[in-house]
Amino acid sequence: MEIPYTVEPRPDTGLYNAKLGIWLFLASEVMLFGALFSSYVLLRTGNPNWVQHPMNVPMATLNTMILISSSVTVILAWAGLRMKNFAQFRKYGILTLLLSFGFMVVKGIEYNAEFELGLFPWTDNYMAVYFTMTGLHGLHVIGGIVVLGYLLGPGAKMWKTKPEQFTNRVETFGLYWHFVDLVWIFLFPSLYLL
Amino acid sequence: MDDHGHADHGHDEHHEEGFIRKYIFSVDHKVIGIQYGLTALCFLMFGFCLMILMRWQLASPGAPIPLIGGWLGDANAPGGIMLPEFYNQLGAMHGTIMVFLAVVPMIVGAFGNYVVPLQIGAPDMAFPKLNMMSYWVYFVGGIVMLASFFMPGGAANSGWTSYAPLSIIATSGQTAWLIGMIFLITSSLLGSMNIIVTIFQLRAPGMTWMRLPYFIWAQLVTSFLLVLAFPPLEAAGVMQLMDRVAGTSFFMPSGLYVSGEILEYAGGGSVLLWQHLFWFLAHPEVYVLILPAFGIVAEVIANNTRKPLWGYKALVYSGIFLGFMSFVVWAHHMFMTGMGTVISAFFQTTTMIISIPSVVILTALLISLWGGSIRFNTPMLFALAFLPMFGIGGLTGLPLGLAPTDIHLHDTYYVIGHFHYVVAPGTIFGIFAGIYYWFPKITGRRMSEALGKAHFFSSLIFINGIFFPMFLTGLAGVSRRLYDGGAQYSHAAPVMHWNSFMSYAAFGLLAAQLFFIVNFVWSIFRGKEAGDNPWDATTLDMCATTSPPMGHGNFKVIPTVHRGPYDYSAPGAEDSFLPQTAPKQEG
Repeated sequence: MEIPYTVEPRPDTGLYNAKLGIWLFLASEVMLFGALFSSYVLLRTGNPNWVQHPMNVPMATLNTMILISSSVTVILAWAGLRMKNFAQFRKYGILTLLLSFGFMVVKGIEYNAEFELGLFPWTDNYMAVYFTMTGLHGLHVIGGIVVLGYLLGPGAKMWKTKPEQFTNRVETFGLYWHFVDLVWIFLFPSLYLL
Repeated sequence: MDDHGHADHGHDEHHEEGFIRKYIFSVDHKVIGIQYGLTALCFLMFGFCLMILMRWQLASPGAPIPLIGGWLGDANAPGGIMLPEFYNQLGAMHGTIMVFLAVVPMIVGAFGNYVVPLQIGAPDMAFPKLNMMSYWVYFVGGIVMLASFFMPGGAANSGWTSYAPLSIIATSGQTAWLIGMIFLITSSLLGSMNIIVTIFQLRAPGMTWMRLPYFIWAQLVTSFLLVLAFPPLEAAGVMQLMDRVAGTSFFMPSGLYVSGEILEYAGGGSVLLWQHLFWFLAHPEVYVLILPAFGIVAEVIANNTRKPLWGYKALVYSGIFLGFMSFVVWAHHMFMTGMGTVISAFFQTTTMIISIPSVVILTALLISLWGGSIRFNTPMLFALAFLPMFGIGGLTGLPLGLAPTDIHLHDTYYVIGHFHYVVAPGTIFGIFAGIYYWFPKITGRRMSEALGKAHFFSSLIFINGIFFPMFLTGLAGVSRRLYDGGAQYSHAAPVMHWNSFMSYAAFGLLAAQLFFIVNFVWSIFRGKEAGDNPWDATTLDMCATTSPPMGHGNFKVIPTVHRGPYDYSAPGAEDSFLPQTAPKQEG
């Protein structure tokens, strides 16, 4: 027997299963990063000797632009599928992938520059917070790259057999990707600017 | 509901699956539920055995452990005599294994997985592959935890709470503990999201919210607690792992001296931060442990009193309110940490508030007994014992929830007695009620009533023999973490004799489980045929499926629900029960 509402939404909840699932997953992610942000606030306000090292704001601004653009392209990729235009999905999907690689490259250059300045996770708690939070965020970006790579590569076969389910997959990926973007929108000011 | 229901499903078009796909990497919620259940029962036994070792040491400190003392290794027990370091490992791992590897996987992983789709009329869980992954991630987490006993320095030894900075300077077993916890948290997240989506999306036609069996409500609230409370512990686990592996100072204060040497840490961290993050999970966790037990007990009580639950809506709303409140009571575990009287005042107020819905639930279940013609079968006996046992556990919690009285009782055996009354004769009795109740449905065979009653009465007596004296020793001021049971302190002398009493009770409890093990194994093969509705129950899991339920999709046709979950002894009805599938009478 097939499991109902894997593709079409259930009338009384208005959601298909995976969409509710991804929202719950994002709720748990909010709690994960929420705990980290709260810890950052508590550690910083509770430590009179807190040191804020100067960070590379232009690089981080560039990364913010990259990530916001990727949020736009992932929407356009999904919109392509909604309009039965697989070529548009491919174009914007690959663009999203390139942007997320770009983000990781910029992040890597930043990390490298900090290591050269002698700033490591064990240097002090600002660097500890910085590396833990951006590192965990980076892992989320890598996770996104893996999933999007799958959707553009071997997973794209599903477009031929079950186009609606494939569109839903891209939509749930998009929701996740927006969340990864949103986390960065909070990380950028709180780690680099404040 | 013919008797051949499960025999003829092999004839339809489903191709036969291989052994591995069917029993090991299965995506069927029933198989996964059984996998969870059997694994969790093994861990329950293992965690219990760790406690037996501890109880031996407490009753006769310094005496060599009989029989197995020689197998424990010279690093743990040279000559069979337990070292304090090993006692600490046993304490930490007993707590960890019982909570995260035994009780939660049993009550959410096993019962949630097996029963939820059946009770709401769903063909399976919403995400079968995630479900399989949830079990195997749990399994790996369990292996990591067990393997940590063989690491240099042994397993984690900083208590199940892993308080910093002790846990950060502890031996490498703590790193394994953290990695194991990250696996277990991931598994719980996958499982609980699956349960929520299943309940929201896969309810059968007519299964409205107020027609859900109470067990489903309990699982729903529990799953929300897991989804929202576990990630902060995951964050805390990552930070502690960073402290241990990458040398950060999240939980390391400045200028910490250990054994006369100042530690090489940057410092500036907060030890209280760990406690806040830990208890932000671990208090909702208490309700994760108890809510599904409420659910099981509610099912069993309604079924065996043959009348509707008293105050179904009050039960539902109390459960939801309990879930909300459980997020704002965590710091009542921390009255003694110096976090300040204002914060203490806030948290003792919320703690008093949260006792209200707990009392409402207990009262509703108690009143449900009123006027029923009760069938005293084994599941019902466990459910009935649950009520006063949980009552004792709850009431003894009140002095701990108030800061002034907690100062005296904090970290004494009183605390151990309190929460074990909630979890052991509370939740674990709920688990046993559930096992005896659903066993005929799962295997198609009944468990022996005689052995079941022997198991129940012996367990009830022995378990009280273990935990009730703890209130006495705790009130006398005996600390919970002493490996000699308090022999070194004169203030403990008047209550020291209870240590051997409690240990004899624990050994008795171990022996009493033989009734269960024999009954369990024997009944799988030789039990009486159960029939499709072994308890004349109204809920879909019992009334609309075969025993055991058919492999692909549980139901031949998804049932339609016409009435509430507990339509027992309805006036004018022919039977003593009206299944949820029975159409409403006209007129």
